[in-house]
Formats: sequence, structure tokens, C-alpha cells
Amino acid sequence: MSGPSDFQPTNPALKWIERRLPIMGLMHSSFVVYPTPRNLNYWWTFGAILSLMLGVQILTGVILAMHYTPHADLAFKSVELIVRDVNYGWLLRNIHACGASMFFFAVYIHMFRGLYYGSYKEPREVLWILGVIIYLLMMATGFMGYVLPWGQMSFWGATVITNLFSAVPYFGESIVTLLWGGYSVGNPTLNRFFSLHYLLPFVIAGVVVLHVWALHVAGQNNPAGVEAKTEKDTVPFTPYATIKDAFGVSCFLLFFAWFIFYMPNYLGDPENYIPANPAVTPAHIVPEWYYLPFYAILRSIPNKLAGVVAMFGAIVVLAFLPWLDNARTRSSKYRPLAKQFFWMFVVVCIGLGYLGAQPPEGIYVIVGRILTALYFAYFLILLPLLSQIEKPRPVPNSIADDVLAKSGGKSATMASAAIALLVAGGLLLGGADGARAAEGGPKPPAQKWSFSGPVGTFDRGALQRGLKVYKEVCSSCHGLSFVAFRNLAEPGGPGYSVAQAAAFASDYKVKDGPNDAGDMFERPGRPADYFPSPFPNEQAARAANGGAAPPDLSLITKARSYGRGFPLFLIDFFTQYQEQGPDYVAALLQGYEDNAPAGFTLPEGSYYNKYFPGHAIKMPKPLNDGQVTYDDGSPATVAQYSKDVTTFLMWTAEPHMEARKALGLQVFVFLILLTILLYFTKKKVWANAH
Amino acid sequence: MTTASSADHPTRRDFLYVATGAVAAVGAAATVWPLVSQMNPDASTIAAGAPIEVDLTPIAEGQDIKVFWRGKPIYISHRTKKQIEAAQNVPVASLPDPQPDSARVKAGHDQWLVVVGICTHLGCIPIAHEGAYDGFFCPCHGSVYDTSGRIRQGPAPSNLPVPPYTFVSDTKIQIG
Repeated sequence: MSGPSDFQPTNPALKWIERRLPIMGLMHSSFVVYPTPRNLNYWWTFGAILSLMLGVQILTGVILAMHYTPHADLAFKSVELIVRDVNYGWLLRNIHACGASMFFFAVYIHMFRGLYYGSYKEPREVLWILGVIIYLLMMATGFMGYVLPWGQMSFWGATVITNLFSAVPYFGESIVTLLWGGYSVGNPTLNRFFSLHYLLPFVIAGVVVLHVWALHVAGQNNPAGVEAKTEKDTVPFTPYATIKDAFGVSCFLLFFAWFIFYMPNYLGDPENYIPANPAVTPAHIVPEWYYLPFYAILRSIPNKLAGVVAMFGAIVVLAFLPWLDNARTRSSKYRPLAKQFFWMFVVVCIGLGYLGAQPPEGIYVIVGRILTALYFAYFLILLPLLSQIEKPRPVPNSIADDVLAKSGGKSATMASAAIALLVAGGLLLGGADGARAAEGGPKPPAQKWSFSGPVGTFDRGALQRGLKVYKEVCSSCHGLSFVAFRNLAEPGGPGYSVAQAAAFASDYKVKDGPNDAGDMFERPGRPADYFPSPFPNEQAARAANGGAAPPDLSLITKARSYGRGFPLFLIDFFTQYQEQGPDYVAALLQGYEDNAPAGFTLPEGSYYNKYFPGHAIKMPKPLNDGQVTYDDGSPATVAQYSKDVTTFLMWTAEPHMEARKALGLQVFVFLILLTILLYFTKKKVWANAH
Repeated sequence: MTTASSADHPTRRDFLYVATGAVAAVGAAATVWPLVSQMNPDASTIAAGAPIEVDLTPIAEGQDIKVFWRGKPIYISHRTKKQIEAAQNVPVASLPDPQPDSARVKAGHDQWLVVVGICTHLGCIPIAHEGAYDGFFCPCHGSVYDTSGRIRQGPAPSNLPVPPYTFVSDTKIQIG
């Protein structure tokens, strides 16, 4: 991509091909001898990291599509079956779901890097605009991908985002109907989103090729912001940039793997473990963290059309950056004012992200408006103004000079910047926590669970006792429809033998048919059958339970949570605390009080529960001391029952948890070793280049 | 260290490069494993492939039924005396895939032929009671099987396979 190459293969067969299609020469000139500035820092490795992430997402996505069913009635279930039944399905899904977040995390760093070092300035305007297009495509792809599991957040996210287009004057409603393919978000919407979610990554890949092409025409920018002039200013791409990128990628994979293997649900919303329900909107609609700043801008404008325009404008304004900032000096390193305002802008963006996760009321709205104004002021007022009034410091004569002048102080600022970014990222990542934290009420006490932490495993005894509690108590109203009897004999579960699981299954009557006469009939359960639900349909469940259908319990411990609040949710990331769901379920089972506190009016047919949101729960106190007889001498108390059944329900929500943590340990040992080796290799390769 | 890096003087640098490359290669190979393994049948498919029981009482002499096990059609034929004799009397050595009838049915249950109804040529389903041998005839490419499900004519290379099955009682079999 940088002109004709003098690459000549020696092998006659390769020579024959090369004469007809000079693809090896293209690769050679683009990725081997391509001159790369020798003063690039690690912020530049995010280009390679992004290429990797695109590859990872396409690869895992194509695989997931082999097992996924894009149908409103089957999508949620098919995702659960991927996680439960497909070989390594849980791993592939975690990679893809966390991968989306990692992709955005990397792209934000990549964009801020471009902003700081002026990578959008002449002659790189087209390169920058292509980047903005890629970012827009990524947002569309990420949004449509999030719809596919067809959980509550999928459905309501799709509803809210598609409704943005209803703000368009005159044609709004028609556009929205066109997007939906119906009168509301439904099966046609899901189908087309699946199709487009599959298509867009390849469009992104195409634009990435253009992006890299434009990059290789203009050459890479660098921290000094001066163009490479002589050979002393550059090093060949391979091995120098290759090995540095490999080291950067390896470090990034460590970060990525932390999510995949230890915090797979940290970035997700528990609501999305509840199947889509067009009749109930979740109390807090919060988009994925990477959209939060724009969501905050949308909400801070009290006019529908203006809000939508501002939101899209916040992205589109980036494309005009090369003409808004006219300063001659590229790198903010030599722009004392721009540098400070840059960091303020970063804080504004993170602040907007934080606000996007808060309930849209009171002080949050006011601060949101101020930050929105600051966001636009940075681009539209500050940058044009700065280029007029700022006195930049002198830039080095050449990149080689910059390398020689490098001082020790720089790495310290880099380190502090990295820490600031990590904390900021964390704030954004955990942002979804915010809305729930504001809810109030007593927090469920944090319990000690055998399955918590990086090496936690299920307590087999507790699983077996919990199964008994479920069977004797919960199962009269609650289904367990994603759990099959065969699962009871699988590794990482309650530890029953195949024969025991088959015997357990045969106690149940399962509806089957039709037989040769066309009749449905009942037969004893088999290991392949799933736990039968107590009610034939939701209406029956509702009718029998005072209007509130008892939820299916398969995923309940992942579908329930409570806000941890700042700074706990940040600390949780490092301590791997992810037991909000089990803590809540166990607390709820013990949270019944005979008499509601004075001043609280309990609706007819409800019961008072300390931990239930709103406190009025339709489920009567399910567990009482001595209700279930344990054979192993464990105390027959409500506290013990709650703990056991919660442990069991954690297993039903994630039957492969033990496999996940065990593989995680191996992956971490491997990645740490690889990272250390790459570090020293990189040092050796670069030894004579510095 | 600065000058040495040739094949005849292995250095610490070379060792480092080889070690890093080897570890990276191991990682790449290990990554491929789950990506390929996911293509195999998933746990629910395997569980659904459990043995099935078939009641033989409704099948009259000379009739056959088709049941499905692991997604494959299984022919259960109640053979007539004539069909049994035809199957037993043929010289085994003359067959393209030599196998005596006794090896294809359960001892004492000569009247029951249980075969996977998938042509061994290219996977079409042969039609029962058709063809020159009163066995099975595959309409796709003309393979002809006899009353024991053995290949007699046509492009199919081998006999219709007998699935694993046992007699639970005289009138009930378990396939799988």
C-alpha cells in the first residue's frame, strides 16, 4: 500500500504468482518493510488491538450464528442452550459479549489518542473520517447485536433506539414502522437485526482496509507530531512494530480474559437474563456502557427532535475536527493549553457516561446539561479559538531528536495517564450500576458463598439439599425450564451418577406425543427431559397466583441484582465479587416480616418483604423451619434452606461455572508467561533502536 | 551479545525468540480447539440420541414400519417365511458384501429384520418391498437389497447396516 515494492520471491512458483498478482509484494511493503516512526508509544498499539478485536468478534460471531435461532419465541432459549449445551459455548458467548465491550474500550482509547496527538490533521483528514465511519458502524453493529439475545434490555433497548427515528419531522413514524417491519418491535425486527448484525462487521472490515490504506499513504503520526524525514526517523514495521504490537495485544488479552473467565456479567445488565416481555418495561432502561455519554446528551435536551439531533451531532462533529482545529502544531505535547483542555474534555466525556447511567431527575439533569454544553463547546468554540490564541512550545526538529531527548519523566506521566484511564474506564464500565444504586431500601447482606472468587466451586451437599428444597417447595409454583435431568449428573453439578439422575427423572410425569393414534400421553421422565413447569402457560400461572406469574428460576440468580454504589462496584471488579444475585435471592427468602412497618399500606394479597423492591410481594413466605427434612444432618432452618436453594439456583443459572474458572486459571498462567516472554523479546528487538 | 546472532553460535537472544515463538504457537493451537470442538453435536443432541423402545405387536407378517432413532430411519420388517428362506438360502460367497442372514438378525427372532434405512451409496432412503429381491430398492441410483438388507445390485458398496438393538421381550425391542 505504499508504492511499488522491490520484493522478489526466489521460489519459482511464488515468482510465477507474484508476476500475475503481486500480493506478497503488497504484504511485504505494507507490513514488513513499511517505515514506522521510531518514537511511537504504547497508545499506538491500540490499532493492532482493534484489528485483533474485529477478527475475534467476526470469528466468534460466525460460530455463534451456527447455533443461534433468530426467532422471537426461540432466540432467548437458543442463547441459553449455546451456553449450556454447545461444547465451549459458554466460552464463545462470553468472548463475544465481553468482546463488544473490549472493542469499544479499545476504540475509545484509539480515538482519544488521535485527538491528543492531532492525528486528524493534514494530511490525515480522510484517514480520520474513515475512522469516524467505522465508529458509527460499530455503534450500529453493537446495538443490533445486543438485541439478539431477546432479553428485556434487548427488547426495550431496540424499542427506545428505533424510536429515536420517530423524531424525524413528517416521516418519523413511517421510518420507525419501516425499521420494525410491524406495528411494534417483534419477530420481523429481530430477524432483520440478525441479518444486519451479520453483515455490518464485514462492512467494517472493508472500511478498515480503506483506513489502513489511507494510513499507509499518509504515514503514521507520532507523539512528536513531526513527519518522518530521514531513515533515522523510522524503523521497519517488522520486527519492531510487530513485536511491540504483539506485546501490547498480549497485555490487552490479560485484561480481556479477566472479564471472560472471571467477570463475564460485570458489564451486562441482569435484566437481560429475563426473556423479552412486551408488556413490562424494566424500571431502569440503561444502554450498554459504551453508549452512555451519548445517551446522557440525548436526555439532557428537553425536546425530542433536538435531543436526537444533539446525540447524533455529538458523533458527527468528530468528522469536522480537522477543520475545527486549525493549530499548526499537531501534538498536544507541545500545546500547553490544548493539553489541559484535552484532559478536561476526557473528564467531561466520562462525566457524561456516568450521568447516562443515573436516573434522569434532579441534579443529574442539570449537570448533564452543563456537560453537554461543555462537550460541544470543546469542539465548536474552544478548539477554533485555541488555534488562534495558543503559543505552542517548539517541536523537535525530527523524530530522531525526539527519541534522543526522551526523559525519564515521560514514563511517569504515561503511567499516571494509564491509571486515570483505567479508573475512568471502570467508572464507565460499572456505570450501569448507578440507576439501581439510587433505589434505596436495605441492601441484602453479603453472604459467604463457596462458589465465589477465582477458584470457588459449588458445595455438592448444598446443591443436593437445594435441589430437594426446590423440588418439595419452589417447584409447586416456579419452573426450571432450562435445566434438564441429565444436567444433574454432569461435572460441576450436584454430583449425582447417571443412574441417579435417570431415577430422579423417572419420578416426574412428562407430556409426550402425539402417538400413532394422534393422542398426547404422559410417560415417566427421561434424563434428556427438562424439569416440567408447574403451569401449562403464563396465563394459568398468573390466574393461579393472584395476577403475578411466578418467574422461572433457571436464571433467577443472574437476573436479579442490586446496586452496589460507588466505589464498591469498582472494588468488585478487582475482588471478583459478582454474587449480588445470590445475595438478593437468599435475603429475599429470609426477608419476610409478619407485620408491615407503621405507615406502610400493604395491598390486598401481598406480603411484606424487607428486600423486595417496593416491599409488597405476591409470594407468601415460602420457607419455614422444619419444612424440608435433610438426610445429612444439616439444620432444618430457613437460613439453611435459603442458602442451599440459592446455591442450587446459582448452579442452574450457570452450570459450567466451575469449568469457566478452571479454564480461566490455565489461560491466565499461559498469558502471563507469553506476556513476559514478549516483553523481553520486545526489549531485545528494540535494544539497538533506542 | 550485540554482534552474535548466527546459526552456529546459538545465543540467549535466539533462545528467547524460539521460546516466545513456541509459546505463542502453543497458544494459537490451543485456541483452535474450542473453535472446532463446538461443531460437534451438543449435549442436548447427544441426550436426545438415547435408546428408544419399539413395540412389535402391531406389525403383521409381511409388513414393515419405519421409526426414527438419532434422526435416522430404521426399518423394522416382519418377514414372511418365503422372505426368510430367500435370505437364508442364498450362497453367501456369491454376495458383493458377504454376510449370512444369521449375522443380521437376532437368534430365535428370524422373522424380524431391523436395518438402518439409509442406502450405503449416497444416503437416500430405499423403498421397502421393491426390487428384484423383494427387499429394498433405492430410487436414487438403483441399488437393490435383498430380504436381509444385503446389497445385491447397483452402485452401493455394502449391506444396509444393522443398528445396535436388543429384544427386551418377544414383542419389544430397544434400539440403541
